[in-house]
Amino acid sequence: MAAPILTPTPEATGRSGSPAPRRARRHRRREALTGYLLISPQALGFTLFVLVPLVAIVVLSFTHTDLRSGRSEAAGWDNYRQLLTEDPTFWRSVAVTGVFALGLVAINVGLSLGLALVLYRRPPGAGLFLTLAFLSVVTSQAAWALVWRFLLQGEGGGVNELLSLVGITGPNWLFEAKPALAAVIVVAALKTVGLKAVIFLAALRNIPSETLEAARLDGASEWRLIRHVVLPLIAPTTLVVVLITFIGSFQVFDYIQLMTHGGPSHATSVLAFYLYEQAFELFQAGYASAIAVVLFGLTLLLVAAQWWARRKWVHSE
Amino acid sequence: MSRLLTRGALYLFLIALSVPLVFPFLWMVSSALKLPGDVLASPPQLVPAEVTWDNIRDVFTFQPFARQVYNSLYIATLVALFTCVLSLLSGYAFARLRFPGRNVLFFLFLSALMLPVEVTLIPNFSLMKALGFADTHVPLLALPVFGATGVTGVFLMRQFIQSIPVELEEAAMIDGMGRLRILLHVILPLTRPMLGTIGIIAFLYSWNSFLEPLVFVNRSELFTVPLALTAFTDTSGNPIWGVQMAATAISTVPLLLAYLVARRQITESLAQTGIK
Repeated sequence: MAAPILTPTPEATGRSGSPAPRRARRHRRREALTGYLLISPQALGFTLFVLVPLVAIVVLSFTHTDLRSGRSEAAGWDNYRQLLTEDPTFWRSVAVTGVFALGLVAINVGLSLGLALVLYRRPPGAGLFLTLAFLSVVTSQAAWALVWRFLLQGEGGGVNELLSLVGITGPNWLFEAKPALAAVIVVAALKTVGLKAVIFLAALRNIPSETLEAARLDGASEWRLIRHVVLPLIAPTTLVVVLITFIGSFQVFDYIQLMTHGGPSHATSVLAFYLYEQAFELFQAGYASAIAVVLFGLTLLLVAAQWWARRKWVHSE
Repeated sequence: MSRLLTRGALYLFLIALSVPLVFPFLWMVSSALKLPGDVLASPPQLVPAEVTWDNIRDVFTFQPFARQVYNSLYIATLVALFTCVLSLLSGYAFARLRFPGRNVLFFLFLSALMLPVEVTLIPNFSLMKALGFADTHVPLLALPVFGATGVTGVFLMRQFIQSIPVELEEAAMIDGMGRLRILLHVILPLTRPMLGTIGIIAFLYSWNSFLEPLVFVNRSELFTVPLALTAFTDTSGNPIWGVQMAATAISTVPLLLAYLVARRQITESLAQTGIK
Protein backbone atom coordinates (compact mmCIF):
# COMPACT_ATOMS: atom_id res chain seq x y z
CA MET A 1 0.00 0.00 0.00
CA ALA A 2 0.89 3.61 -0.13
CA ALA A 3 1.82 3.86 3.52
CA PRO A 4 5.45 2.77 3.41
CA ILE A 5 6.39 5.06 0.53
CA LEU A 6 7.16 7.81 2.94
CA THR A 7 9.22 5.82 5.40
CA PRO A 8 12.35 3.98 4.49
CA THR A 9 12.51 1.03 6.80
CA PRO A 10 15.86 0.82 8.52
CA GLU A 11 17.62 -2.41 7.83
CA ALA A 12 19.78 -4.50 10.03
CA THR A 13 23.10 -4.10 8.32
CA GLY A 14 26.37 -5.94 8.16
CA ARG A 15 27.70 -8.63 10.39
CA SER A 16 29.96 -7.55 13.14
CA GLY A 17 33.22 -8.27 14.80
CA SER A 18 35.16 -11.44 14.72
CA PRO A 19 37.76 -11.99 11.99
CA ALA A 20 35.80 -13.68 9.30
CA PRO A 21 37.36 -16.55 7.39
CA ARG A 22 38.85 -15.46 4.08
CA ARG A 23 36.19 -17.20 2.06
CA ALA A 24 33.41 -15.37 3.82
CA ARG A 25 35.17 -12.07 3.30
CA ARG A 26 35.64 -12.75 -0.37
CA HIS A 27 32.02 -13.73 -0.59
CA ARG A 28 30.95 -10.49 1.02
CA ARG A 29 33.10 -8.44 -1.35
CA ARG A 30 31.57 -10.19 -4.29
CA GLU A 31 28.11 -9.48 -2.94
CA ALA A 32 28.90 -5.79 -2.56
CA LEU A 33 30.30 -5.63 -6.09
CA THR A 34 27.20 -7.31 -7.48
CA GLY A 35 25.09 -4.79 -5.56
CA TYR A 36 26.95 -1.82 -7.03
CA LEU A 37 26.76 -3.37 -10.48
CA LEU A 38 23.02 -3.83 -10.27
CA ILE A 39 22.19 -0.34 -9.07
CA SER A 40 24.77 1.43 -11.22
CA PRO A 41 22.54 2.15 -14.26
CA GLN A 42 19.87 3.75 -12.14
CA ALA A 43 22.33 5.46 -9.81
CA LEU A 44 24.11 7.04 -12.78
CA GLY A 45 20.88 8.29 -14.34
CA PHE A 46 19.65 9.49 -10.98
CA THR A 47 22.85 11.43 -10.39
CA LEU A 48 22.76 12.98 -13.84
CA PHE A 49 19.06 13.92 -14.00
CA VAL A 50 18.12 14.48 -10.36
CA LEU A 51 21.08 15.10 -8.04
CA VAL A 52 23.21 17.29 -10.33
CA PRO A 53 20.19 19.39 -11.41
CA LEU A 54 19.25 19.79 -7.76
CA VAL A 55 22.67 21.26 -6.98
CA ALA A 56 22.61 23.26 -10.22
CA ILE A 57 19.32 24.87 -9.31
CA VAL A 58 20.80 26.26 -6.12
CA VAL A 59 23.85 27.59 -7.98
CA LEU A 60 21.68 29.06 -10.75
CA SER A 61 19.50 30.84 -8.22
CA PHE A 62 22.49 33.08 -7.41
CA THR A 63 22.89 34.16 -11.04
CA HIS A 64 21.12 36.16 -13.69
CA THR A 65 20.84 33.64 -16.49
CA ASP A 66 19.06 33.95 -19.80
CA LEU A 67 17.64 30.58 -20.73
CA ARG A 68 17.84 31.15 -24.51
CA SER A 69 21.37 32.49 -24.86
CA GLY A 70 22.67 30.78 -21.76
CA ARG A 71 24.43 34.02 -20.83
CA SER A 72 24.94 34.10 -17.11
CA GLU A 73 26.40 36.43 -14.51
CA ALA A 74 26.73 36.29 -10.76
CA ALA A 75 23.85 37.92 -8.91
CA GLY A 76 24.54 37.29 -5.25
CA TRP A 77 21.30 37.40 -3.32
CA ASP A 78 19.57 39.62 -5.91
CA ASN A 79 17.03 37.05 -7.01
CA TYR A 80 15.99 36.20 -3.49
CA ARG A 81 15.84 39.86 -2.50
CA GLN A 82 13.69 40.67 -5.49
CA LEU A 83 11.52 37.62 -4.91
CA LEU A 84 10.87 38.30 -1.25
CA THR A 85 10.65 42.09 -1.17
CA GLU A 86 9.75 43.39 -4.63
CA ASP A 87 7.56 40.81 -6.26
CA PRO A 88 3.89 40.80 -5.24
CA THR A 89 3.21 38.10 -7.85
CA PHE A 90 5.51 35.74 -5.98
CA TRP A 91 3.62 36.25 -2.74
CA ARG A 92 0.36 35.92 -4.60
CA SER A 93 1.63 32.60 -5.99
CA VAL A 94 2.60 31.41 -2.51
CA ALA A 95 -0.90 32.24 -1.27
CA VAL A 96 -2.53 30.60 -4.30
CA THR A 97 -0.37 27.50 -3.77
CA GLY A 98 -1.56 27.33 -0.16
CA VAL A 99 -5.23 27.80 -1.02
CA PHE A 100 -4.91 25.32 -3.84
CA ALA A 101 -3.29 22.70 -1.60
CA LEU A 102 -5.84 23.08 1.20
CA GLY A 103 -8.79 23.15 -1.18
CA LEU A 104 -7.53 20.17 -3.13
CA VAL A 105 -6.91 18.11 0.01
CA ALA A 106 -10.28 18.98 1.55
CA ILE A 107 -12.36 18.28 -1.55
CA ASN A 108 -10.37 15.36 -2.93
CA VAL A 109 -9.89 13.50 0.34
CA GLY A 110 -13.38 14.37 1.60
CA LEU A 111 -15.13 13.09 -1.50
CA SER A 112 -13.01 9.98 -1.89
CA LEU A 113 -13.34 9.04 1.78
CA GLY A 114 -17.10 9.60 1.51
CA LEU A 115 -17.27 7.47 -1.60
CA ALA A 116 -15.26 4.69 0.05
CA LEU A 117 -17.41 4.74 3.20
CA VAL A 118 -20.56 4.42 1.08
CA LEU A 119 -19.16 1.68 -1.13
CA TYR A 120 -17.30 -0.54 1.29
CA ARG A 121 -20.30 -2.53 2.45
CA ARG A 122 -20.85 -3.26 -1.27
CA PRO A 123 -24.35 -1.85 -1.76
CA PRO A 124 -26.02 -2.84 -5.05
CA GLY A 125 -24.34 -0.94 -7.87
CA ALA A 126 -21.08 -0.35 -5.95
CA GLY A 127 -18.96 -1.74 -8.78
CA LEU A 128 -20.67 0.49 -11.32
CA PHE A 129 -20.13 3.67 -9.30
CA LEU A 130 -16.48 2.81 -8.69
CA THR A 131 -15.98 2.22 -12.42
CA LEU A 132 -17.62 5.56 -13.22
CA ALA A 133 -15.36 7.29 -10.72
CA PHE A 134 -12.36 5.63 -12.36
CA LEU A 135 -13.06 6.95 -15.85
CA SER A 136 -11.37 10.24 -15.03
CA VAL A 137 -8.45 8.44 -13.38
CA VAL A 138 -7.46 6.76 -16.65
CA THR A 139 -7.95 9.97 -18.62
CA SER A 140 -4.91 12.20 -19.02
CA GLN A 141 -4.80 15.40 -17.01
CA ALA A 142 -4.53 17.40 -20.20
CA ALA A 143 -7.69 15.84 -21.63
CA TRP A 144 -9.55 16.33 -18.35
CA ALA A 145 -8.42 19.96 -18.12
CA LEU A 146 -9.38 20.73 -21.73
CA VAL A 147 -12.83 19.21 -21.45
CA TRP A 148 -13.49 21.20 -18.30
CA ARG A 149 -12.19 24.40 -19.84
CA PHE A 150 -14.76 23.84 -22.57
CA LEU A 151 -17.50 23.04 -20.03
CA LEU A 152 -16.68 26.19 -18.06
CA GLN A 153 -16.99 28.65 -20.94
CA GLY A 154 -19.02 31.64 -19.82
CA GLU A 155 -21.60 31.62 -22.60
CA GLY A 156 -22.86 28.32 -23.92
CA GLY A 157 -20.53 26.32 -21.66
CA GLY A 158 -22.04 23.09 -20.35
CA VAL A 159 -21.83 24.02 -16.68
CA ASN A 160 -23.57 27.36 -17.04
CA GLU A 161 -26.21 25.85 -19.30
CA LEU A 162 -26.92 23.23 -16.63
CA LEU A 163 -27.04 25.95 -13.97
CA SER A 164 -29.43 28.04 -16.06
CA LEU A 165 -31.84 25.11 -16.07
CA VAL A 166 -32.29 25.70 -12.33
CA GLY A 167 -32.34 29.47 -12.75
CA ILE A 168 -28.76 30.28 -11.75
CA THR A 169 -26.64 32.56 -13.91
CA GLY A 170 -23.11 31.20 -13.60
CA PRO A 171 -20.05 33.47 -13.73
CA ASN A 172 -17.56 33.49 -16.57
CA TRP A 173 -15.70 30.86 -14.60
CA LEU A 174 -12.19 30.98 -15.93
CA PHE A 175 -11.98 34.74 -16.36
CA GLU A 176 -12.95 35.92 -12.87
CA ALA A 177 -10.44 35.57 -10.05
CA LYS A 178 -12.32 33.62 -7.39
CA PRO A 179 -14.43 31.42 -9.65
CA ALA A 180 -11.31 30.57 -11.65
CA LEU A 181 -9.36 29.42 -8.61
CA ALA A 182 -12.35 27.48 -7.29
CA ALA A 183 -12.83 25.87 -10.69
CA VAL A 184 -9.25 24.64 -11.13
CA ILE A 185 -9.23 23.27 -7.58
CA VAL A 186 -12.49 21.36 -8.05
CA VAL A 187 -11.46 20.03 -11.46
CA ALA A 188 -8.12 18.82 -10.10
CA ALA A 189 -9.83 17.33 -7.05
CA LEU A 190 -12.43 15.40 -9.04
CA LYS A 191 -9.85 13.80 -11.32
CA THR A 192 -8.47 11.40 -8.70
CA VAL A 193 -11.49 10.79 -6.45
CA GLY A 194 -11.80 7.25 -7.82
CA LEU A 195 -8.13 6.47 -7.19
CA LYS A 196 -8.11 7.74 -3.61
CA ALA A 197 -11.39 5.94 -2.94
CA VAL A 198 -9.75 2.66 -3.94
CA ILE A 199 -6.92 3.32 -1.48
CA PHE A 200 -9.45 4.02 1.28
CA LEU A 201 -11.49 0.95 0.32
CA ALA A 202 -8.45 -1.28 0.77
CA ALA A 203 -7.90 0.16 4.25
CA LEU A 204 -11.57 -0.23 5.17
CA ARG A 205 -11.61 -3.86 4.08
CA ASN A 206 -8.66 -4.54 6.37
CA ILE A 207 -10.76 -3.71 9.44
CA PRO A 208 -11.60 -7.02 11.13
CA SER A 209 -15.34 -7.61 11.02
CA GLU A 210 -15.27 -8.75 14.68
CA THR A 211 -14.29 -5.21 15.70
CA LEU A 212 -17.32 -3.79 13.96
CA GLU A 213 -19.63 -6.52 15.28
CA ALA A 214 -18.50 -5.89 18.85
CA ALA A 215 -19.21 -2.18 18.54
CA ARG A 216 -22.62 -2.91 17.05
CA LEU A 217 -23.48 -5.29 19.88
CA ASP A 218 -22.63 -2.47 22.28
CA GLY A 219 -25.42 -0.58 20.60
CA ALA A 220 -23.35 1.95 18.68
CA SER A 221 -25.29 3.69 15.91
CA GLU A 222 -23.94 3.54 12.38
CA TRP A 223 -22.77 7.16 12.58
CA ARG A 224 -21.01 6.65 15.93
CA LEU A 225 -19.50 3.46 14.60
CA ILE A 226 -17.94 5.31 11.69
CA ARG A 227 -16.82 8.24 13.79
CA HIS A 228 -15.39 6.38 16.76
CA VAL A 229 -14.31 3.03 15.36
CA VAL A 230 -13.83 3.11 11.60
CA LEU A 231 -12.21 6.50 11.12
CA PRO A 232 -9.63 6.07 13.91
CA LEU A 233 -8.73 2.65 12.52
CA ILE A 234 -8.00 3.98 9.06
CA ALA A 235 -6.25 7.10 10.37
CA PRO A 236 -2.80 5.96 9.14
CA THR A 237 -4.12 5.60 5.59
CA THR A 238 -5.93 8.92 5.80
CA LEU A 239 -2.75 10.63 6.93
CA VAL A 240 -0.77 9.19 4.06
CA VAL A 241 -3.43 10.08 1.49
CA VAL A 242 -3.62 13.63 2.86
CA LEU A 243 0.15 14.00 2.64
CA ILE A 244 0.46 12.51 -0.82
CA THR A 245 -2.30 14.82 -2.02
CA PHE A 246 -0.68 17.79 -0.30
CA ILE A 247 2.76 17.14 -1.74
CA GLY A 248 1.23 16.33 -5.13
CA SER A 249 -0.56 19.67 -5.11
CA PHE A 250 2.84 21.41 -5.26
CA GLN A 251 3.45 19.90 -8.68
CA VAL A 252 0.10 20.83 -10.18
CA PHE A 253 0.80 22.49 -13.47
CA ASP A 254 -1.33 21.04 -16.26
CA TYR A 255 -4.68 22.34 -15.02
CA ILE A 256 -3.34 25.84 -14.50
CA GLN A 257 -1.52 26.05 -17.81
CA LEU A 258 -4.41 24.61 -19.79
CA MET A 259 -7.46 26.10 -18.08
CA THR A 260 -6.42 29.61 -17.01
CA HIS A 261 -2.76 30.07 -17.88
CA GLY A 262 -2.34 31.40 -14.37
CA GLY A 263 -4.87 34.14 -14.87
CA PRO A 264 -6.81 36.25 -14.54
CA SER A 265 -3.88 38.43 -13.39
CA HIS A 266 -2.15 35.55 -11.57
CA ALA A 267 -5.23 34.64 -9.54
CA THR A 268 -4.57 30.96 -10.24
CA SER A 269 -0.78 31.06 -10.53
CA VAL A 270 0.62 28.38 -8.25
CA LEU A 271 4.38 28.40 -7.62
CA ALA A 272 5.02 25.60 -10.09
CA PHE A 273 3.27 27.63 -12.78
CA TYR A 274 5.04 30.86 -11.84
CA LEU A 275 8.35 29.01 -12.05
CA TYR A 276 7.47 27.74 -15.53
CA GLU A 277 6.34 31.18 -16.65
CA GLN A 278 9.55 32.85 -15.47
CA ALA A 279 11.81 30.19 -16.94
CA PHE A 280 10.19 29.14 -20.18
CA GLU A 281 8.13 32.15 -21.20
CA LEU A 282 10.25 35.01 -19.85
CA PHE A 283 13.55 33.04 -19.93
CA GLN A 284 14.64 34.34 -16.52
CA ALA A 285 16.35 31.10 -15.54
CA GLY A 286 18.15 32.54 -12.51
CA TYR A 287 15.03 34.08 -11.07
CA ALA A 288 13.00 30.97 -11.80
CA SER A 289 15.67 28.89 -10.05
CA ALA A 290 15.18 30.93 -6.90
CA ILE A 291 11.47 30.08 -7.12
CA ALA A 292 12.42 26.43 -7.59
CA VAL A 293 14.56 26.55 -4.45
CA VAL A 294 11.61 27.99 -2.52
CA LEU A 295 9.32 25.30 -3.90
CA PHE A 296 11.83 22.63 -2.96
CA GLY A 297 12.17 24.12 0.52
CA LEU A 298 8.40 24.07 0.99
CA THR A 299 8.32 20.43 -0.09
CA LEU A 300 11.03 19.56 2.43
CA LEU A 301 9.07 21.34 5.15
CA LEU A 302 6.03 19.26 4.31
CA VAL A 303 8.02 16.05 4.39
CA ALA A 304 9.44 17.01 7.77
CA ALA A 305 5.93 17.82 8.95
CA GLN A 306 4.72 14.40 7.89
CA TRP A 307 7.47 12.65 9.84
CA TRP A 308 6.46 14.65 12.85
CA ALA A 309 2.72 14.07 12.36
CA ARG A 310 3.26 10.38 11.86
CA ARG A 311 5.22 10.10 15.10
CA LYS A 312 2.62 12.07 17.01
CA TRP A 313 -0.64 10.62 15.72
CA VAL A 314 0.00 7.23 14.32
CA HIS A 315 1.25 4.66 16.74
CA SER A 316 -0.11 1.59 15.09
CA GLU A 317 2.54 1.07 12.41
CA MET B 1 -38.15 3.90 7.43
CA SER B 2 -35.03 5.65 8.65
CA ARG B 3 -32.94 2.91 7.04
CA LEU B 4 -34.71 3.57 3.80
CA LEU B 5 -33.98 7.29 4.16
CA THR B 6 -30.32 6.64 4.85
CA ARG B 7 -30.10 4.38 1.84
CA GLY B 8 -31.80 7.02 -0.30
CA ALA B 9 -29.37 9.67 0.92
CA LEU B 10 -26.41 7.45 0.12
CA TYR B 11 -27.56 6.86 -3.44
CA LEU B 12 -28.25 10.56 -3.81
CA PHE B 13 -24.62 11.19 -2.82
CA LEU B 14 -23.39 8.60 -5.32
CA ILE B 15 -25.44 10.03 -8.14
CA ALA B 16 -24.53 13.63 -7.29
CA LEU B 17 -20.84 12.67 -7.31
CA SER B 18 -21.17 10.78 -10.57
CA VAL B 19 -22.54 13.76 -12.49
CA PRO B 20 -19.30 15.81 -12.59
CA LEU B 21 -17.31 12.62 -13.15
CA VAL B 22 -19.32 11.31 -16.10
CA PHE B 23 -20.97 14.35 -17.70
CA PRO B 24 -17.64 15.66 -19.10
CA PHE B 25 -17.26 12.49 -21.15
CA LEU B 26 -20.81 12.71 -22.54
CA TRP B 27 -20.38 16.38 -23.35
CA MET B 28 -17.02 15.76 -24.99
CA VAL B 29 -18.40 13.07 -27.31
CA SER B 30 -21.52 15.02 -28.09
CA SER B 31 -19.54 18.17 -28.92
CA ALA B 32 -17.19 16.18 -31.10
CA LEU B 33 -20.13 15.30 -33.33
CA LYS B 34 -21.63 18.81 -33.55
CA LEU B 35 -21.49 21.40 -36.29
CA PRO B 36 -19.31 24.40 -35.34
CA GLY B 37 -22.40 26.59 -34.90
CA ASP B 38 -24.02 24.16 -32.45
CA VAL B 39 -21.03 23.65 -30.15
CA LEU B 40 -21.83 26.52 -27.81
CA ALA B 41 -25.51 26.74 -28.72
CA SER B 42 -28.08 27.78 -26.17
CA PRO B 43 -30.17 25.93 -25.15
CA PRO B 44 -27.54 23.18 -25.07
CA GLN B 45 -27.91 20.05 -27.15
CA LEU B 46 -26.78 16.92 -25.38
CA VAL B 47 -27.70 15.01 -28.51
CA PRO B 48 -26.40 16.99 -31.51
CA ALA B 49 -29.18 18.47 -33.66
CA GLU B 50 -27.22 17.34 -36.68
CA VAL B 51 -24.43 14.78 -36.45
CA THR B 52 -21.26 15.55 -38.36
CA TRP B 53 -18.11 13.48 -38.74
CA ASP B 54 -16.10 16.41 -40.05
CA ASN B 55 -14.46 17.13 -36.70
CA ILE B 56 -13.07 13.64 -36.48
CA ARG B 57 -11.71 13.87 -40.01
CA ASP B 58 -10.20 17.30 -39.25
CA VAL B 59 -8.37 15.91 -36.22
CA PHE B 60 -6.15 13.92 -38.56
CA THR B 61 -5.73 16.55 -41.28
CA PHE B 62 -5.10 19.49 -38.95
CA GLN B 63 -2.07 17.83 -37.35
CA PRO B 64 -0.27 14.50 -37.83
CA PHE B 65 -2.46 13.18 -35.02
CA ALA B 66 -2.03 9.50 -35.85
CA ARG B 67 1.72 10.01 -35.67
CA GLN B 68 1.31 11.83 -32.34
CA VAL B 69 -0.74 8.99 -30.89
CA TYR B 70 1.97 6.62 -32.06
CA ASN B 71 4.61 8.81 -30.37
CA SER B 72 2.75 8.68 -27.08
CA LEU B 73 2.24 4.93 -27.30
CA TYR B 74 5.83 4.05 -28.13
CA ILE B 75 7.32 6.47 -25.59
CA ALA B 76 5.04 5.19 -22.83
CA THR B 77 5.87 1.58 -23.76
CA LEU B 78 9.62 2.25 -23.62
CA VAL B 79 9.30 4.13 -20.32
CA ALA B 80 7.39 1.16 -18.89
CA LEU B 81 9.98 -1.28 -20.19
CA PHE B 82 13.03 0.63 -18.94
CA THR B 83 11.39 1.27 -15.59
CA CYS B 84 10.67 -2.43 -15.17
CA VAL B 85 14.23 -3.47 -16.00
CA LEU B 86 15.88 -0.87 -13.78
CA SER B 87 13.54 -1.42 -10.86
CA LEU B 88 14.16 -5.14 -11.00
CA LEU B 89 17.94 -4.64 -10.91
CA SER B 90 18.00 -1.94 -8.25
CA GLY B 91 15.09 -3.38 -6.29
CA TYR B 92 16.87 -6.70 -5.96
CA ALA B 93 20.12 -5.05 -4.90
CA PHE B 94 18.37 -2.96 -2.25
CA ALA B 95 16.30 -5.87 -0.99
CA ARG B 96 18.90 -8.62 -0.86
CA LEU B 97 22.49 -7.52 -1.26
CA ARG B 98 24.65 -5.93 1.41
CA PHE B 99 26.95 -3.18 0.31
CA PRO B 100 28.35 -0.10 2.03
CA GLY B 101 26.19 2.97 1.46
CA ARG B 102 23.09 0.99 0.65
CA ASN B 103 20.76 2.74 3.06
CA VAL B 104 22.06 6.20 2.24
CA LEU B 105 21.57 5.53 -1.46
CA PHE B 106 18.10 4.19 -0.92
CA PHE B 107 17.16 7.21 1.13
CA LEU B 108 18.49 9.50 -1.61
CA PHE B 109 16.41 7.66 -4.20
CA LEU B 110 13.33 7.96 -2.01
CA SER B 111 13.74 11.68 -1.65
CA ALA B 112 13.04 12.02 -5.38
CA LEU B 113 9.50 10.79 -4.74
CA MET B 114 8.64 14.07 -3.11
CA LEU B 115 10.51 16.26 -5.54
CA PRO B 116 8.22 18.29 -7.82
CA VAL B 117 9.40 17.70 -11.37
CA GLU B 118 9.32 21.46 -11.96
CA VAL B 119 12.20 21.99 -9.53
CA THR B 120 14.85 20.30 -11.66
CA LEU B 121 13.38 21.26 -15.01
CA ILE B 122 15.62 24.26 -15.74
CA PRO B 123 18.99 22.47 -15.33
CA ASN B 124 17.60 19.46 -17.17
CA PHE B 125 16.56 21.71 -20.03
CA SER B 126 20.10 23.11 -20.32
CA LEU B 127 21.61 19.65 -19.89
CA MET B 128 19.47 18.13 -22.65
CA LYS B 129 20.30 21.04 -24.93
CA ALA B 130 24.01 20.60 -24.25
CA LEU B 131 23.77 16.86 -24.93
CA GLY B 132 22.02 17.55 -28.24
CA PHE B 133 18.70 16.11 -27.12
CA ALA B 134 16.65 19.29 -27.44
CA ASP B 135 13.56 18.69 -29.58
CA THR B 136 13.90 14.89 -29.40
CA HIS B 137 12.09 12.23 -27.42
CA VAL B 138 15.12 11.41 -25.27
CA PRO B 139 14.16 13.70 -22.35
CA LEU B 140 10.65 12.21 -22.33
CA LEU B 141 12.26 8.81 -21.76
CA ALA B 142 15.16 9.69 -19.48
CA LEU B 143 13.43 12.01 -17.03
CA PRO B 144 10.64 9.67 -15.88
CA VAL B 145 12.82 6.55 -15.99
CA PHE B 146 15.50 8.09 -13.77
CA GLY B 147 13.17 10.39 -11.83
CA ALA B 148 10.15 9.85 -9.63
CA THR B 149 8.56 7.11 -11.78
CA GLY B 150 11.69 4.99 -11.77
CA VAL B 151 12.15 5.50 -8.05
CA THR B 152 8.55 4.43 -7.39
CA GLY B 153 9.36 1.25 -9.31
CA VAL B 154 12.50 0.57 -7.27
CA PHE B 155 10.62 1.12 -4.06
CA LEU B 156 7.73 -1.19 -4.95
CA MET B 157 10.08 -3.86 -6.28
CA ARG B 158 12.26 -3.78 -3.18
CA GLN B 159 9.19 -4.24 -0.98
CA PHE B 160 7.99 -7.08 -3.15
CA ILE B 161 11.30 -8.94 -3.23
CA GLN B 162 11.64 -8.60 0.54
CA SER B 163 8.39 -10.55 0.85
CA ILE B 164 9.80 -13.49 -1.15
CA PRO B 165 11.20 -16.18 1.18
CA VAL B 166 14.98 -15.97 1.19
CA GLU B 167 15.21 -19.79 1.40
CA LEU B 168 14.50 -20.03 -2.32
CA GLU B 169 17.71 -18.20 -3.09
CA GLU B 170 19.69 -20.09 -0.49
CA ALA B 171 18.63 -23.33 -2.10
CA ALA B 172 19.65 -21.99 -5.50
CA MET B 173 23.01 -20.90 -4.09
CA ILE B 174 23.67 -24.32 -2.67
CA ASP B 175 23.02 -25.59 -6.18
CA GLY B 176 25.87 -23.32 -7.19
CA MET B 177 23.93 -20.55 -8.90
CA GLY B 178 25.45 -17.07 -8.85
CA ARG B 179 23.53 -13.94 -7.91
CA LEU B 180 22.85 -12.84 -11.45
CA ARG B 181 21.54 -16.25 -12.47
CA ILE B 182 19.37 -16.32 -9.36
CA LEU B 183 18.00 -12.92 -10.28
CA LEU B 184 17.22 -14.10 -13.78
CA HIS B 185 15.91 -17.60 -13.08
CA VAL B 186 14.50 -17.48 -9.55
CA ILE B 187 13.48 -13.90 -8.82
CA LEU B 188 12.37 -12.64 -12.23
CA PRO B 189 9.60 -15.23 -12.70
CA LEU B 190 8.29 -14.55 -9.18
CA THR B 191 8.16 -10.77 -9.66
CA ARG B 192 5.95 -10.88 -12.73
CA PRO B 193 2.86 -9.44 -11.00
CA MET B 194 4.90 -6.57 -9.57
CA LEU B 195 6.49 -5.93 -12.95
CA GLY B 196 2.98 -5.65 -14.35
CA THR B 197 2.08 -3.11 -11.69
CA ILE B 198 5.21 -1.07 -12.25
CA GLY B 199 4.74 -1.23 -15.99
CA ILE B 200 1.19 0.10 -15.72
CA ILE B 201 2.21 2.91 -13.39
CA ALA B 202 5.10 3.97 -15.61
CA PHE B 203 3.05 3.72 -18.80
CA LEU B 204 0.30 5.90 -17.36
CA TYR B 205 2.75 8.46 -16.04
CA SER B 206 4.35 8.83 -19.44
CA TRP B 207 1.04 8.78 -21.31
CA ASN B 208 -0.25 11.61 -19.11
CA SER B 209 2.79 13.77 -18.96
CA PHE B 210 2.30 17.22 -20.38
CA LEU B 211 4.95 19.48 -18.88
CA GLU B 212 7.97 17.58 -20.22
CA PRO B 213 6.77 17.50 -23.85
CA LEU B 214 5.76 21.14 -23.54
CA VAL B 215 9.26 22.10 -22.49
CA PHE B 216 11.37 19.74 -24.56
CA VAL B 217 9.55 19.23 -27.87
CA ASN B 218 8.91 21.86 -30.55
CA ARG B 219 8.11 20.11 -33.83
CA SER B 220 4.51 19.05 -34.15
CA GLU B 221 5.40 15.64 -35.59
CA LEU B 222 7.24 14.94 -32.34
CA PHE B 223 4.32 16.00 -30.12
CA THR B 224 2.77 13.52 -27.76
CA VAL B 225 -1.00 13.39 -27.40
CA PRO B 226 -1.48 15.73 -24.39
CA LEU B 227 0.57 18.42 -26.10
CA ALA B 228 -1.13 17.85 -29.45
CA LEU B 229 -4.56 18.33 -27.86
CA THR B 230 -3.67 21.93 -27.05
CA ALA B 231 -2.71 22.74 -30.63
CA PHE B 232 -6.15 22.57 -32.25
CA THR B 233 -6.40 26.33 -32.44
CA ASP B 234 -7.25 28.91 -35.07
CA THR B 235 -4.81 31.58 -36.23
CA SER B 236 -5.47 33.80 -33.25
CA GLY B 237 -4.85 30.95 -30.81
CA ASN B 238 -8.46 30.25 -29.87
CA PRO B 239 -9.42 26.61 -29.62
CA ILE B 240 -11.52 25.07 -32.39
CA TRP B 241 -13.81 23.41 -29.90
CA GLY B 242 -15.42 20.73 -32.00
CA VAL B 243 -12.13 19.43 -33.38
CA GLN B 244 -10.40 19.71 -30.03
CA MET B 245 -13.15 17.74 -28.31
CA ALA B 246 -13.02 15.13 -31.08
CA ALA B 247 -9.26 14.75 -30.57
CA THR B 248 -9.68 14.64 -26.80
CA ALA B 249 -12.35 11.97 -27.12
CA ILE B 250 -10.11 9.91 -29.42
CA SER B 251 -7.19 10.33 -27.01
CA THR B 252 -9.14 8.76 -24.15
CA VAL B 253 -10.11 5.66 -26.14
CA PRO B 254 -6.93 3.53 -25.79
CA LEU B 255 -6.79 3.76 -21.99
CA LEU B 256 -10.53 3.46 -21.48
CA LEU B 257 -10.45 0.26 -23.52
CA ALA B 258 -7.44 -1.02 -21.58
CA TYR B 259 -9.25 -0.17 -18.36
CA LEU B 260 -12.39 -2.03 -19.37
CA VAL B 261 -10.34 -5.08 -20.32
CA ALA B 262 -8.00 -5.14 -17.30
CA ARG B 263 -10.05 -3.27 -14.72
CA ARG B 264 -8.92 -5.15 -11.66
CA GLN B 265 -5.23 -5.16 -12.55
CA ILE B 266 -5.18 -1.43 -13.35
CA THR B 267 -7.15 -0.48 -10.26
CA GLU B 268 -4.90 -2.46 -7.96
CA SER B 269 -1.72 -1.22 -9.60
CA LEU B 270 -2.68 2.41 -9.27
CA ALA B 271 -3.82 1.96 -5.71
CA GLN B 272 -0.23 1.10 -4.83
CA THR B 273 0.97 4.60 -5.40
CA GLY B 274 -0.32 8.02 -4.72
CA ILE B 275 0.54 9.20 -8.22
CA LYS B 276 -1.84 11.66 -9.84
